[in-house]
Amino acid sequence: MVDSNLSFVRTEMLQGETPPLGERGIVRWIRLNMMATPVDAILTILAIFFLAWFIPPMINWLFVQASWSGADRAVCSTVAQGGVMPDGWSGACWAYVNANFDQFMYGRYQLDQHWRVNLVGILFVVLLVPLLIPKAPFKTANAIVFFFIFPIAAFFLLVGGWFGLPYIETATWGGLLVTLVLSFVGIAISLPLGIVLALGRRSKMPVIKMLCVIFIEMVRGIPLVTVLFMASYMLPLFLPPGVSFDKFLRALIGVSLFASAYMAEVVRGGLQAIPKGQYEGADSLGLSYWQKTGLIVLPQALKMVIPGIVNTFIGLFKDTSLVSIISMFDLLGTVRQHFNDANWASPQTPISGLIFAGFVFWIFCFGMSRYSIFMERRLDTGHKR
Amino acid sequence: MKNLVLKGVLGASALVLLASAASAGTLDDVKKKGFVQCGVNTGLAGFAAPNDKGEWSGFDVDYCRAVAAAVFGDGTKVKFTPLSAKDRLPALQSGEIDVLIRNTTWTLSRDTQGFDFPGVNYYDGQGFMINAKKLSGINSALQLSGASVCVQAGTTTELNLADYFKANKMDYNPVVFEKLEEVNAAYDAGRCDVYTTDQSGLYAIRLTLSAPDDHVVLPEIISKEPLGPVVRQGDSQWADVIRWTHYALLTAEELGITKANVEELTKSDSPEIKRVLGQEANTKLGTDLGLTNDWVVNIVKAVGNYGELFESNVGAGSKLKIARGINAQWSKGGLQYAMPIR
Repeated sequence: MVDSNLSFVRTEMLQGETPPLGERGIVRWIRLNMMATPVDAILTILAIFFLAWFIPPMINWLFVQASWSGADRAVCSTVAQGGVMPDGWSGACWAYVNANFDQFMYGRYQLDQHWRVNLVGILFVVLLVPLLIPKAPFKTANAIVFFFIFPIAAFFLLVGGWFGLPYIETATWGGLLVTLVLSFVGIAISLPLGIVLALGRRSKMPVIKMLCVIFIEMVRGIPLVTVLFMASYMLPLFLPPGVSFDKFLRALIGVSLFASAYMAEVVRGGLQAIPKGQYEGADSLGLSYWQKTGLIVLPQALKMVIPGIVNTFIGLFKDTSLVSIISMFDLLGTVRQHFNDANWASPQTPISGLIFAGFVFWIFCFGMSRYSIFMERRLDTGHKR
Repeated sequence: MKNLVLKGVLGASALVLLASAASAGTLDDVKKKGFVQCGVNTGLAGFAAPNDKGEWSGFDVDYCRAVAAAVFGDGTKVKFTPLSAKDRLPALQSGEIDVLIRNTTWTLSRDTQGFDFPGVNYYDGQGFMINAKKLSGINSALQLSGASVCVQAGTTTELNLADYFKANKMDYNPVVFEKLEEVNAAYDAGRCDVYTTDQSGLYAIRLTLSAPDDHVVLPEIISKEPLGPVVRQGDSQWADVIRWTHYALLTAEELGITKANVEELTKSDSPEIKRVLGQEANTKLGTDLGLTNDWVVNIVKAVGNYGELFESNVGAGSKLKIARGINAQWSKGGLQYAMPIR
């Protein structure tokens, strides 16, 4: 008989088993996130059906069937419509965007001078990016160049008429150029002006307070369309003959003042959210009004209203499209204007142009929004919830 | 509603400032600054639209070039200001532009509110377009009772439409949109049976439909839309320049003077051609107008005659293919009649 050792003693630790299929990896994730309850499951299935119904035709229309290049409407219309595509064809007309791309970017800005716009754009990016990155060095010098020297250089470059550069009328500007100039000047003016107005509105000096309240309430009570219309057509009638401002400048001033009033209210919201103790603490330290405002109040107030400020910026960026009612053509206006070119009129042209314009607007607005989230996180000290 | 308020404000201020703004001597001002500032449509196929190089082209645009050629002998000395329907007249009133050539209908109220119409360069009228496949058997607007009609909001078109259906005791169902592209898309998608706007516009819109050959423009014209250049009231010298530029284009067509042969015809023996082209001895026709005596030569050299303008921009030579119709010369049954240049 063989002496058998009936007792079984495991001498080493058992390796952990991999969980069953339903409890690991993608299946678990799907189970937890998409199928947790019957309602979730139904919603998931509906959503999948919707995407399956929506996405393939969209990709087909946007990319597969799209017409990418060509000389005129023929490449974007079917044989029955006088073009070259087979009957029943439907796809995006990127050829239209392609052919008119320069127009969409620069408007009717003199063709051989486009490098000036490009140069301003490059300078803008080169100066702005280090300013936005917290770790980049030389912040003060960079800021001085960006806020004081760059606008002057950009003005001389874009308008010209000096240093042998031909003069370019602002009436010929258009496209993305107008959108960006209007919105960035509007943003750069409205933030400081808005802060001043907000402080003025909370001031204890009655005259300053009243002036600020009147300005803010007046401007907020008028639609931007009316402000632009007054600035561009009514103002010249009231000025003595011979005195005239550039129409673009008038629109710039109109947009900036308009945005300032909104900005003032956003900033005021931040000022009111600062606890009274902060003011009293600053006072008890013997700080002057400006020290108190600059060192204690504003840094806290502005940090709190970053979402509101960026909201106003994004709104302003998109509102610039309204200048097309005073016959200035921003990106959207230029795209729409070119629908009427008989060379490109086809059933697919308008929708393709609008998708392109929407995409460009989205890139800028999304960029602003992401940066604001980054700043909020970075500055979020002591208010974490 | 907003449009009405704006119009009211504009009308009132235009009246108040009429005396001060309408100063005399636009011709001298234009000569001094060296170019004609011309107000055109922001974009209407065939009449004024920028191409993919940003150059303006179209029937109205060529009229602007003709005015520049008459004044300076150079059709390129012109700058274009694109204007929307709302801001065109204020822009002219405020002196921002010298002449407005932007499909503007000549009406009594406009004529008396501080503007002058030196002529009619295009006789237009409101028409109807239907999908002939869907509505087969309809060949007159009078059969459209009960139809749904796509129309752009806030235009005289909308009012004319209401008048026409009421006068003919027919029902209709208006489908109104703010933006032109929306109207086009709705009509193309079949949301309405009929599309109504100016006939010239209908031909341009047909280009954007998915099956253009299915759509026909009905023969009825339910409104008079005489489109022409507009100038500020009280400057008859400048109005004369515009008026006679128009007549010069028409006369050139009548006499067979074209862009190609104008140079050659300056040596013609025909007394009429000699007179029109300023080749008569001691002629003062051009200088009396404030221009040079070879002004007609300059105009035709720059843009061609009226017939050439029509064919290349909106007629058979263009993508629109509008028939000449009532815009033919008077001698061919049309309404275009030039006063004699003598």
